[in-house]
Amino acid sequence: MAYEQSDIDALLPLPPATFHILIALVREDRHGYAVIQDIEQRTGGELRLSAGTLYRSIQRMLEQGLIRETRDRPAPELDDERRRYYRITKFGEDVARGEAQRMASLVRMARAQGLVLSRA
Amino acid sequence: MRFLSALLRLYPASFRADYGREMQSIVAMRLRETEGFLPRLSLWLETIADVIVNSASVHFDILRQDLRYTARTLSRSPGFALTAILVTALGVGANTAAFSVADFVLIRPLPYADGDRLMKLWQSPVDGSNGRNEVSPLNYKLWAGNTRSFESMGAHYNSPVNLVGGGEPVRLESAFVTGSLLPILGVAPVRGRLIDASAERDVSGVVISSSLWQSRFAGDESIIGRQISIDGSPRVVIGVMPETFHYPNQRVSIWIPMAQEQLDDDDIGNTYWYVLAKLKKGVTHEQATAEMKVTADRLRAQYPSELAEVSIAVDRLRDEFSRQSRLLLLALCGAAGCVLLIACANLANLLLARALTRRRELVVRAALGASRERLVRQSVTESLVLAMLGGGLGILIATLSVPLLTRLVPTTLPIAQVPTVDPRVLAFAALMTLITGLGFGALPAWRSAGQVELGGIREGSKSVGGRRERARSALVIAEVMASVVLLISAGLLMRALLRIQDRDPGFSVANVLTLKTDLPSPKYDSTARRVIFYNEVLTRTRALPGVVSAAYSTGLPMVMTGGVWRVIREGEDPEGVSQNERASSRFVSPGYFETLGIPLKDGRDFEETDDSNRPAVAVVSESFVKRFLPPGNPIGRRFTIRGDIPLTVAGVVGDVRVRGPERESEPQVYMSYRQYPDGQGSFYAPKDLVIRSSIPSASLVQSVRAIVQRADPEQPISNVRPLSEILSDATAARSVQVRVLVAFAAIAFILAAIGIHGLLSFAVSSRQHEIGVRLALGAQRADIVKMVMGKAAVLAAAGVIPGLLIAYAAGRSMQSLLAGVEPADVTTFAAAGVLCVVMTMLGSLLPTLRAVRVDPATAFRSDA
Repeated sequence: MAYEQSDIDALLPLPPATFHILIALVREDRHGYAVIQDIEQRTGGELRLSAGTLYRSIQRMLEQGLIRETRDRPAPELDDERRRYYRITKFGEDVARGEAQRMASLVRMARAQGLVLSRA
Repeated sequence: MRFLSALLRLYPASFRADYGREMQSIVAMRLRETEGFLPRLSLWLETIADVIVNSASVHFDILRQDLRYTARTLSRSPGFALTAILVTALGVGANTAAFSVADFVLIRPLPYADGDRLMKLWQSPVDGSNGRNEVSPLNYKLWAGNTRSFESMGAHYNSPVNLVGGGEPVRLESAFVTGSLLPILGVAPVRGRLIDASAERDVSGVVISSSLWQSRFAGDESIIGRQISIDGSPRVVIGVMPETFHYPNQRVSIWIPMAQEQLDDDDIGNTYWYVLAKLKKGVTHEQATAEMKVTADRLRAQYPSELAEVSIAVDRLRDEFSRQSRLLLLALCGAAGCVLLIACANLANLLLARALTRRRELVVRAALGASRERLVRQSVTESLVLAMLGGGLGILIATLSVPLLTRLVPTTLPIAQVPTVDPRVLAFAALMTLITGLGFGALPAWRSAGQVELGGIREGSKSVGGRRERARSALVIAEVMASVVLLISAGLLMRALLRIQDRDPGFSVANVLTLKTDLPSPKYDSTARRVIFYNEVLTRTRALPGVVSAAYSTGLPMVMTGGVWRVIREGEDPEGVSQNERASSRFVSPGYFETLGIPLKDGRDFEETDDSNRPAVAVVSESFVKRFLPPGNPIGRRFTIRGDIPLTVAGVVGDVRVRGPERESEPQVYMSYRQYPDGQGSFYAPKDLVIRSSIPSASLVQSVRAIVQRADPEQPISNVRPLSEILSDATAARSVQVRVLVAFAAIAFILAAIGIHGLLSFAVSSRQHEIGVRLALGAQRADIVKMVMGKAAVLAAAGVIPGLLIAYAAGRSMQSLLAGVEPADVTTFAAAGVLCVVMTMLGSLLPTLRAVRVDPATAFRSDA
């Protein structure tokens, strides 16, 4: 689907849960619970999304075209037919990138003012 | 788990269908991972909070989406949106306005403590008829001393007083009260204290209203204890009542303790008090009425001659207004209800038609995966948005129109004159809006969404279910019916108003100015002292350029309806004369009849020589001659009224409608102002100045004011207004009501025409194909016209016939308002019939034209 920079900008800044979900889906397709677990691991247990927050975000992200449901299923022995798998879209990747750049530039500004001491 | 799935029902069904199972399984997994009671409990609490917060947010998301969608679709069909909003606004507005007045007058409790236990007591005729007379002080004392039903009783009488000092002298409506009266009402003063039992020892303390405190004393904080002068005697302000307090009516602004001699007055025939009593807890109105009946029987035995015809009536204070006021208001509410009904029918029709034309869109959306729930929800959002916009506009209309309806608030009620649009009224309006929006938006949406699932995409917009069209026809018929009822009711009341306004009041109003100079007691107690004042004012006024004549009178017709006394013919035994043999009396100066344009039929007008040194004379009305005098020449006949002095008839004048154009008036007796007996107080002394001029009367006000000022600098002037206003005021409530009804009828008329138009144009556009086929098969245009117009005529007839019957029933139920116009008045019914034909023609005009212009070629197009 064709989109412009302004479509990306319209979504920024992203809600934290949305950004985390996009990050979780960058490398591989995941089902809902796997997304929660991935976020929990990456944040060292600090962020544990609730089912409600997760699916509300997912619903919105589907509508916004950031992710889509995929019919590609893993090997049957690993699969649970109840599960739905989500894949990040090209648009989703661009939006996530845009959000990362936005944050990076914020951090640069903070560092210039001496707010951030060492390189993270 | 069952608990969890119940909890998940907080989410919209569509969301649940997509994610419910997965959410459930995630929570289940977490529960498996968690051990121990407390951690599990905390997980549960977390889950509950999570569902509540997130489901609300999902609902909100959908709402936002639907609102965006609604805004888009409505802006795409502004005609539809505007019509729907206007239709709702008219319905809600009319009802909110009518409700706020009706609620104010009929429903809302009076602003007193235990208002439902407050009763008014009256002397009434023994025969149980509706008469209500004031109470004599002695009777009041006999009642109050002997009651078991009432915990307390108080009395008052109204009298205007002059307040002097602190600016220009001013005339105020006051109530002279017994010490028990104000405490009964249970309203605490905002400053100081009430007049209470201690007033029997010291009558100097008066209580004033908030408005008087503000207007006269600029809200002076040290008002309590301040000396003022009332009718020349010194008084002290002891209390200020709250702004919302009115008793006995809105005009009274000062409460004064009754003087001892009034409390001690033992003339049982001197009836001028108004009695208020509070029921004991648990005693009903009926019980109190029964007890007072027994009391009345006992007192009749005790005072066989004085109280021979006197019983006691107990009325709820709440019902202290005329049957006519009540009927006027109920008619108003009925009319508003009709308008709402029509508005709802119209809205339903609009939405139904729209639902049909949007079928294809709904089918497409359903095919793309939208569930029935989502489609219905979208439609409901849309109709609620329309209803809310309409409701908001309606409230605006109501707020603007309520002040126009204040004439319908009876002045006899102790409440403010202007009803306020308060939270109750707003709640009512919101409810109306909700009913309109939900009932007439959601139902069609539900049905059409259901049919979308059943029907198929190929049906498109061509299909028109016969059942659906019948439902819409029924709605239009109901609209026509309601508008016929309104048209006829408004017509009947309009005829009644015209008939009443057409009645000869007995005087002529052009270029007559009236004003009041209420001469205070004791300064002006002597008749001679008053005459000096009158003469100075009259002489100078008559000398003003443009003044034709001027005179003083005890009271203006239609304003002063009291002064009604028993007439004793010459040689008649007063004991044997019924209380019903009464005439309305007033004292007037020479020139009164000329000034008011009351024709002199026989004999002479008063002269300045008719003073206390000459035999008392009277000028009587023609109906008086007929009723009280023997046949033959009335001049020189004698009778007595109000006291023992025999009056000799000196002249006969035309009858005046003293009680206004709507009521029967007693015959009239006029007496010479110079023969007003000394020592009778100033109650019936002339106070109204009337001036007839050859120039517009408003231009005289300044000069007359100066003349009065010169005659007595302390004398205030009040109630300056043209006589024509008094006459029009007498029918003001009625003409306001007629105007409101006519407005309602006009709205109904337009709405019904819109309804017919909507239905027909829909029918025509959905039958283009059929019409095209007919034309192609050789049908004439005239046949098509006949077909469309015929349908309109059937709809109209189906509505008009039951409408006529209901209108007749409505007319009968308000017959007492019709002033003799028949409920089946032929002219009105004929006019309504003609209007209905016009309405049908108007409504079917455009659809017919469109039908006639159908191109036969459409018949061959696949999906027109």
